[in-house]
Formats: sequence, C-alpha cells, structure tokens
Amino acid sequence: MDPILVLEQTLNGLQLGVMLFLMAAGLTLVFGIMNLVNLAHGSLYMVGAYLATAFFQWTGSFLLAVPLALAGTLLAGIVVEVVALRTLYARDHLDQVLATFGLILFFNELIAILWGRAAIYAAAPTWLSGHIELFAGLRYPLYRLAIILVGVAVAALLWYVVTRTRLGMLIRAGASNRTMVAALGVNIRLLYTVVFGFGAALAGLAGLMAGPIYVVQPGMGEEILIQVFVVIVIGGIGSIRGAVAGALIVGMVDTLGRAFLKPTLATVLSPSAADTAGPALASMLIYMLMAAVLAARPEGLFPARGGG
Amino acid sequence: MNLRARTLALVVVLLLLAAVPPVAALLDQPFYLDLFRRIMIFAIAALSLNLILGYGGMISFGHAVFLGVGAYAVGVLSHHGIQSGYLQWPVAIVASALVALAIGAISVRTSGVYFIMITLAFSQMLYYLGISIEEYGGDDGMRLTVRSQFPGLVNLDDGTAFYYLVFGLLVFFMFLVHRLVNSRFGMVIRAAKSNEARTRAIGFSPYAYRLMAFVIAGAMCGVAGALLVNHTSYLTPEFMNWTRSGELMFMVILGGIGTTLGPVLGAAVLLLLEDFLSGWTVHWQIILGPLLVLAVLFAKRGLAGLLPGGSRDGD
Repeated sequence: MDPILVLEQTLNGLQLGVMLFLMAAGLTLVFGIMNLVNLAHGSLYMVGAYLATAFFQWTGSFLLAVPLALAGTLLAGIVVEVVALRTLYARDHLDQVLATFGLILFFNELIAILWGRAAIYAAAPTWLSGHIELFAGLRYPLYRLAIILVGVAVAALLWYVVTRTRLGMLIRAGASNRTMVAALGVNIRLLYTVVFGFGAALAGLAGLMAGPIYVVQPGMGEEILIQVFVVIVIGGIGSIRGAVAGALIVGMVDTLGRAFLKPTLATVLSPSAADTAGPALASMLIYMLMAAVLAARPEGLFPARGGG
Repeated sequence: MNLRARTLALVVVLLLLAAVPPVAALLDQPFYLDLFRRIMIFAIAALSLNLILGYGGMISFGHAVFLGVGAYAVGVLSHHGIQSGYLQWPVAIVASALVALAIGAISVRTSGVYFIMITLAFSQMLYYLGISIEEYGGDDGMRLTVRSQFPGLVNLDDGTAFYYLVFGLLVFFMFLVHRLVNSRFGMVIRAAKSNEARTRAIGFSPYAYRLMAFVIAGAMCGVAGALLVNHTSYLTPEFMNWTRSGELMFMVILGGIGTTLGPVLGAAVLLLLEDFLSGWTVHWQIILGPLLVLAVLFAKRGLAGLLPGGSRDGD
C-alpha cells in the first residue's frame, strides 16, 4: 500500500476522531454528572452546523460566524435544559430516552421548516480552503488540518478546566456525589445548566466544523450520535479519558476500514466479492469492535472512577 | 371488579378490531382496512417489545431490527424465487431469533445505559448492512412482487382474509405473552426487573432468563416483520431505522407499559395520531415531538393505566 495514502487516511481518521471526541465529551459529562441520557445531543450538533452556515452567509465573515454560532448553540442548549430536561434528571433512563427522542423529532422538523428538507451548502472560508504541503508528496486539505488543530486545542483546554480549575473541581465533585456537593452549598441546578450549556457548545463546535466537509441536512445529528454512542461504550461512560481513547479508536477504525478494507479483501477474494463485502464490512466494523470490547470489558476501556 | 374492567376493555377492543372489515366495506373505505391492519402488525411488534421492556425492564432501543430481519427473510427468499410462506415465515422466525440471540448474548450482559446504547448500535449496524447490500436494493429497498403463498390456508392478496390472519396472530400473541409473564419463567424475569440482587439470592441467574426473553421477543417481532413486508409489498432498510425502534417504544409507553392491552392501544394511538397530524400538515412531527415529550412527563402509566387496577404487573 502507498505509504502517503496511508498517512493521509490516518490524518482523516484523526480528524473524525477529534469530531467524535467533541461530541462524546459533552454527552459523557452530562451523563456522568446529571445521569442523563441525552439523545438530543445530535440535534445540538445540527443546530451548530445550521447556525454557522446562516451566520457565515449573513456576515460574510467566518471568524464572526463561529462565535455567533457557538453562542447560539449554547443558548439553545440552556433553553432545552431549562424547559424540558431539568425535570428529567430524577426520572429513569427510559423516560429520558423517550423524551429526548421527542425533542429530536421537534428539532429536525423545526430545521426542515426553517431551511427546508434538502441538504444546504456550507462553504469553508477561502483562507481555509485549498491544500497545504505537509512534506514532499503529501498535500493535505487545510480545512481538515484546522479541524484537527482546533480539536486538540479544545481537548487540552477541557483537560485544563476539568482538572485544574474550581469549575472543574465542582464538575468532578458533582459526578461522584451530587448530594454532598449540594449540601456544601453549591448551587447544583446552576452547575447542571452550565455543564449542559458547555456540552451543547462543544456539540455546536463539532457541528459547525462538520458543515463544510459533511452534509448539512435535517437528521445529520443522529448519524454521528450513534457513532458517538459507540465511542462512549468503548471508552466507558462518564469518563473523559475514555471519550478521548474511544473517539480516536473509532475515528481511525472507521476511516481506515472504509479506505483499505475493499482493496485488502480484493487481494484474497474475487474483485466482485470484495466490491460487495468491502463496503458492507467497513460500515459494520466499529460495531463489531464495540462487541469485541464489550465481550472483554463490559464496562468499557476506561470506566469512570467513583460512584459516577 | 378491577380485573373485570380490564377484561371488558380487552374484549371491547378486540371486538372493535374484528368489526373493522365489514364496517370498512359498508362505508366503502378500504383505506381503513389497510390502516388497521398496519396498526395490528405494529401492535404485535410492540407486544413483543413489551415482553422485554415492560416485564423484563430491558430498555431495548433496537427492537425494529427484528422487523427488518423478518421482512428481509421473506423478501430475500422471494427474490430468489421461493414464494411459499410455509418456508418463508419459519425462516423469518428462526433468522430473527438467531439475530436476537447474537445481539442479546452481548447486550444482556450489560444493563442501564449500556444496554440502551448497545442495542441501538447493533440495530444501526444491521441497518447499514441493509443499505450496503446492492443485491437486495441497498438504500432503495426492493419490491415484494409476490406475497407469501399459503396454498390451502389463506390468500394474502385477499385484503379481508389477510386482515383476519393478522387479527388471529395478534390475539394468539396477546394470549402467549399473557401466559408467558404469568408462568414461572415470567415470574423470574419480572423478579429480576424489580430486584436483581434478591433474585440472585434465591438462586436464579437472571442472564439466561433475560436472554431467553430477548430471543422470544425477537422471534415474535420477526413475525411482525414478515407480516409488514406482505402488508406493504415493499422492503427497505428503513424498517429497522432507529426512529422505528423509538416509535415502538412509544407505542408501549403510550398504551401502558407492562400490560397486555397496552401495546395494542399504544400502536393504535400513535399510528392514528400520525395519520391525523400528517393529513393536517406536512410538518406534523413538530407537533408530535412535543406531544410525546408531554406524554412521557405527565402520563407515564399510559392509556391502560387509566383502567382501574392498572398498576398490577401480571394482568
């Protein structure tokens, strides 16, 4: 196999992993702290993508559109939390799944009313389009490289916030014993709203970066949501380290599988058999990986410590 | 008294369903025959989900996958020229039982959120498999050119006969679930739902019982899938889309979780509501979504819960 191609696909895998991590971090934090299964997390990703596209069109500036879209998604997340999800924290997982499923129907239809059901075109800014020559022979899209860099920076920032700041201390304390944290005089409701908004903004960031490289259409959030579930199950629910590991593993396996499974199969099978089996297997690969991880470690690779 | 009210409700619902074909013929509205046949097919699927969700406490978010497996078993055999329902339907049942065994063997080991996410992920995996197999239509699905043939028994092209076949199967499965949950087997899965530690302490290992319930539910839903593909004469991966799984869960909840009649009522309410709202506006989901959220928040016991004695588990 061509080493340049392998390297390029590895970078693509890293880029997918970074996006999955941004989604998984919010979802796993919300689960770890509020014990809430939020299916509507994918809807916030969609909201981020649509808002960024709309703001970019209105203002003409990508640098202006990004903070506006992030603020919009943050706001949407807070509204959803206050209006609908707050009452769900005390309910069982079944109620949470069903209610957030109802929210997904609502959000998808709302977006369809505002922007139509067809996919819309989301452009990358001109200064991020084009390719960059990483070294001789490997020209990589600048935009995807930017996603990787932003993702790594956000992951570092998240690590700093969670482990080194007072807010992070409260988040970790809330995850291990929420009653005790409330008893110590912390406004736990406010903390929940902040964490949820934070997670929403991360999902919005993933969504707005996804716009120019994936399809922006109603329902786009659910496709990534289910991949994010696989990430979380592999990594261990409620654990940020698990989200990092799971996201990178899933991103790599999915990307490399789609790129190389068919040509690899073609060396042992007939070309037509490889044509059929390759894509089918590639699309199932991460789920089979999940099954294998679960068979060996039912709690995921990095189970959350403590009561969370 | 309570028991009598519930039995009465059950009899009334079944009589109403049985009366649909003559009434539809009288009003010259064959559309209703179609609609209620569809409702009963989904009622069978919801009934099977209720067995594991309502009685077993297993929140399976991938139950529609068995609709798909049952439908594909019929569709694929038909595609290769085997039209006999006597062969197609047993294959549908065995195939969905085997898929349920494979999915269940891994997912029943886990509980809580893991179980939800894993069942969802596996159903999605088979959904993508359905999309990627071009031979069987891929994304677009394929037509079922000939309905399952049951020579000497029933002709599915006769709308009324097909209706009463579905009706008979629905009654049979309601009876089966009722007997199952009140048997020793059903006692164990209900006990494991309400207190797993105590169930273990008195000497039962819930895993095997849960897995068995998962397989039975899968096979039963496979029958619903075989019925559905004959009903629509069409087959697409959308049968196992995860939104379909969500709808099945809502049918169970709206009707009343853990009751015999609940899934039937729930399937009727959800599908009639969808039909009504979609006749009213193309953006019906923007109304349905919040309605469902409100139902979860404020009407947890569902329609069957309105009947007296609704909280008893085994009725």
